[in-house]
Amino acid sequence: MEILCLGLSHQTAPVELRERFAIPDGELGARALALSKCPGLSEAVIVSTCNRVELYVVAEDASHGMSALQQFVSAESAQGDLGASAFYRLPTLQSLRHLFRVVSGLESMVLGETEILGQVKKAYQAAQLGGATGRHLNKFFQRAFNVAKEVRTQTNITRGSVSVGSVAVDLAERIFGKLAHCRVMILGAGEMSELTAGALKARGVETIFVANRSYDRAAALATAMGGKAVHFDQWQNEFHEVDILIGSTAAPHPVLTAEKLSPVMRTRRDRPLFCIDLAVPRDIDPAVNAIDGVYLYDIDSLQAIADQSMKNRRQELGVCETLIERHVGEFHGWLSGGDRGAAIRAGQSRPAGGANALANPLDGSAKGARP
Amino acid sequence: MDRLLLIISTFCFLFGFAYTMHALGARVYRHSPLNFFAILTGFAFQSAFLYLRGQRLGRCPLSNLFEVLIFLSWSMVLLYLLTGPTYRLSLMGAFTSPLVFFLQIAALLLVPWLDLPSRAKLTHNTWLELHAALSIIAYGAFALACVAGVMYLAQERQLKSHNLHSIFYHLPPIRDLGVANRRLLLAGFALLSVGLGAGFAIGEIQSQWIKILWSSGVWLLYAGLLVAIFLHKVSGRRVAWLSACAFLVVLSTLWGLHFIADSPQP
Repeated sequence: MEILCLGLSHQTAPVELRERFAIPDGELGARALALSKCPGLSEAVIVSTCNRVELYVVAEDASHGMSALQQFVSAESAQGDLGASAFYRLPTLQSLRHLFRVVSGLESMVLGETEILGQVKKAYQAAQLGGATGRHLNKFFQRAFNVAKEVRTQTNITRGSVSVGSVAVDLAERIFGKLAHCRVMILGAGEMSELTAGALKARGVETIFVANRSYDRAAALATAMGGKAVHFDQWQNEFHEVDILIGSTAAPHPVLTAEKLSPVMRTRRDRPLFCIDLAVPRDIDPAVNAIDGVYLYDIDSLQAIADQSMKNRRQELGVCETLIERHVGEFHGWLSGGDRGAAIRAGQSRPAGGANALANPLDGSAKGARP
Repeated sequence: MDRLLLIISTFCFLFGFAYTMHALGARVYRHSPLNFFAILTGFAFQSAFLYLRGQRLGRCPLSNLFEVLIFLSWSMVLLYLLTGPTYRLSLMGAFTSPLVFFLQIAALLLVPWLDLPSRAKLTHNTWLELHAALSIIAYGAFALACVAGVMYLAQERQLKSHNLHSIFYHLPPIRDLGVANRRLLLAGFALLSVGLGAGFAIGEIQSQWIKILWSSGVWLLYAGLLVAIFLHKVSGRRVAWLSACAFLVVLSTLWGLHFIADSPQP
């Protein structure tokens, strides 16, 4: 029994091509059922996200199964042009490895992201509810979800944030715990401050003040964020109650200095203040970081943490791949009827160049690009 | 038999500490019930030891420095089990375990010098036992405040320097640590006040003047600390430093006090 995969992803196809093959969530079950009924195929799951479209099928014969898959995709393509070079066609062993890597976030645009796991789970559930899965794909996807869990818990591949906004939110949670009762003030209604405040709001922040030299702009942003606009010359009146300050004005000099902040901090007892300075030139005097209870991060320090997190994640790749290979070997052993030793040996004999250099047995060429 | 229970308990704390250090060292620390259960098991053996001692003595087992150290360790663990989960301070166990382990291992290694029959006449006196027990539990609270203070300083250092290590992601939010620190100091102070009151109710002020003087000194130390915290709004960082230093002062003087107080009175 073979498990095959045909698909394209952000690594092999531009968005213009990916969107042609994207399938709405509501249709995933029905399309998977239709695919499973193609000649030579018995089970199917279709994964469709903004970064990838992948079709997993069970076939008696690899060659016939892949032909059926290609015919199905050709029929689905409105333009008829399959964009063949953008597709990867994976035989059993590579399909197993590929799905395990996908759900673990190793093939994602942001290494180690976890959203993909939920998307694959939804796709699988849609196929299962639609009656398109059977014994093999049920076991395959369940194993994949277990692999993803194991990778997440036994490695640091998801550790740390890898974007400036998420680093800021992460730090806020390390300082305050739950953010629901935190008050945020935005100084200067820039795009970055809006994004960061939005991320904080998504984590539960309820009170947001917006102060901007243009009051209309402040009011517009405050309305959009469910906050309160403040006249720029009055922002210090509201400042005593603020827990998180986001600075992104175009002011040529710091608007918040240690001299201004020190007396305020003395009245706050042990209530920390988290200052996020996204402005260039900086809005907040670096000297405020020396005040007890004040934690100042500028755009460079946030970016440095994000970069370090990404570096740490890359260092975890080897550990993740070792773990995945063990599961690939075990599952392939089960699939091929118990010749586990051969399966493991097969699992270990990955082509040089890692997961991104898979041989395509169907056309004999090396598919250099993997999702 | 009772010392065997204590040895087992000490190994439980060593295990909890070693497990956490290994997990942190391997950079894959996850909140695991293993550390908590190691501490819980250690606590059960500690309790069994103190119960057997109490049965043998016919009173609360606080007759010599050995028993005082074990009772102090027990009260620290008790307070951790009560407050740790409340404040989501799961990693506090990793910081509490080594302190308890070193206290117990010191007590066990120094058994010939510490576990001596008290020269004072051992009689059952409710006020005396209440005084001793509450005072030691209060020191347990101060010890835990010291632990929370150390965790606060570790977290604060990383946040200030922007240099985030693996442990950063496992330490509780710094605001929670500050709150836990203040509340533990307050709880310890309340217990110590009641314990001291019970000490005065014993009525043997002249014969126990060294202990009373020392206890009053400790009370004044923490009273001053709390006045600074609640009236002068001292920053969380300073509270953390003060709570850590205050407990080290108490711990270092406890040793000398017992030798002086246990020596024949003039």
